[in-house]
Amino acid sequence: MFTHHESLKPAYDVVIIGAGGHGLASAYYLARDHGIRNIAVLEKGYIGGGNTGRNTTIIRSNYLTPEGVRFYDESVRLWQDLGEDFDLNLFYSTRGHYTLAHTDSAMRTMRWRAEVNKHFGVQSEAVDAAFVRRGIPGIDMSCGGHAPILGALFHAPGAIARHDAVAWGYGRGADRRGVEIHQQTEVTGIRVQGGRVVGVDTTRGSLATPRVLCAVAGFTPRILDMVNLKTPIYVHPLQAMVSEPVKAWLDPIIVSGSLHVYVSQSARGELVMGASLDPYELHQTRATLDFVEGLSSHMLDMFPFLSDVKVNRQWAGLSDMTPDFAPIMGVTPVEGFFLDAGWGTWGFKATPVCGKTMSHTVATGQNHPLIGGFTMDRFARYQLTGEKGAASVGH
Amino acid sequence: MKLMVCPLNGPRPVSEFAYGGEIRLSPDPDTCTDAEWSSYVFNRSGSPGVKYEWWCHIASGFWFIALRDTARDIVVETFPAEAARRGLPPVGAAADGGTRVPASERPP
Repeated sequence: MFTHHESLKPAYDVVIIGAGGHGLASAYYLARDHGIRNIAVLEKGYIGGGNTGRNTTIIRSNYLTPEGVRFYDESVRLWQDLGEDFDLNLFYSTRGHYTLAHTDSAMRTMRWRAEVNKHFGVQSEAVDAAFVRRGIPGIDMSCGGHAPILGALFHAPGAIARHDAVAWGYGRGADRRGVEIHQQTEVTGIRVQGGRVVGVDTTRGSLATPRVLCAVAGFTPRILDMVNLKTPIYVHPLQAMVSEPVKAWLDPIIVSGSLHVYVSQSARGELVMGASLDPYELHQTRATLDFVEGLSSHMLDMFPFLSDVKVNRQWAGLSDMTPDFAPIMGVTPVEGFFLDAGWGTWGFKATPVCGKTMSHTVATGQNHPLIGGFTMDRFARYQLTGEKGAASVGH
Repeated sequence: MKLMVCPLNGPRPVSEFAYGGEIRLSPDPDTCTDAEWSSYVFNRSGSPGVKYEWWCHIASGFWFIALRDTARDIVVETFPAEAARRGLPPVGAAADGGTRVPASERPP
């Protein structure tokens, strides 16, 4: 599926660090839409082995800020014909997405999000408890008696997709257009002269390049140390788990911020479940029993009949969090160094639009208009893009 | 990391503690530049390493300092908050088993 390259070339027009969805999508659109094909994608592990392969695959655009809604809605639009574009089945499945509200203040946030969404033409509505009961078979509306469901934000375009295939599709498309993907190649240094990028050092040798795009999620701070840039990014692990396959019953995607749960049923019948971040900084993808116990108990609050269903496996990814729960994208004070980071717990759904906007930004040297709210300098201006209210659960 | 040694209460399950972030020195707000202040407000040392952090034992409401390796998830040492006033040992020295707060000032 991918061409193996014996060695690195001495020079590339663009180097992309990280062969996950975001990095490969950027390579794909640079090659397809901007005619830049002399690109190396450097990956210290394997294709899609980071957060691209560790998320819970939910795609939605029911965000809170105008910047977020416009950006993620463009992503949802791009997702629609992506499988055809790749000639690869992404198992893109539109399910409908419920964000449950268990308190009056949560209902208020749902109404707020619904109004912002509708203003930008995104299908979202605040719905009552009866609508939730009809839409989610088997749900305990009282959630064990301690968190009764008052209503929800219903977002009909909410979808899931096969995450590995997204990385493979973008990777294959880039590969066919001449982009070199080098796996098992770790970046050890970035050479900067006179405030501008001139080259990259790796475990397989050095190369010259005028442009570097960093798309490495939880490893971002380590790369930023190489170019002496500081950001507000802090890294916490985020864990997830899947159950054994059960008969298809749960069509929609269910999120409960108060119970710290998001769950969908995959095409194979497994329940794919996630929760909130681990509560302290850690650069490890270890899994904990505390997590399984906590998430399972909240799952049973909603769906008590699942008590005999077994958990098949659990895992973790490293989330690069930001204070306002919006990403950090675009040009940086180091000329030729571009950042696609701060993707915390919300990055998978944005894969196509990140590729589109970052390829434009790298090709032109100017931030794409859609990422104006996500620039690195917003913190120095105290102009944050507050998306915490649209995070799936209270992290 | 499943247990943490609270300087007041001794070893307790980590679920009893709340993380309060890395200890960071504030610049003087009267003399620093706007850039220095916004950097203090927002920027963090995101890379893994051995860091001094604030932690709280929730049950007793006791705030203290932990020296923790964020790459390995190992607590090197914990100190009562007063240790900050006396000056904490350099991270490298403490992590290498160098200067520590004397045992006499730690709980039994």
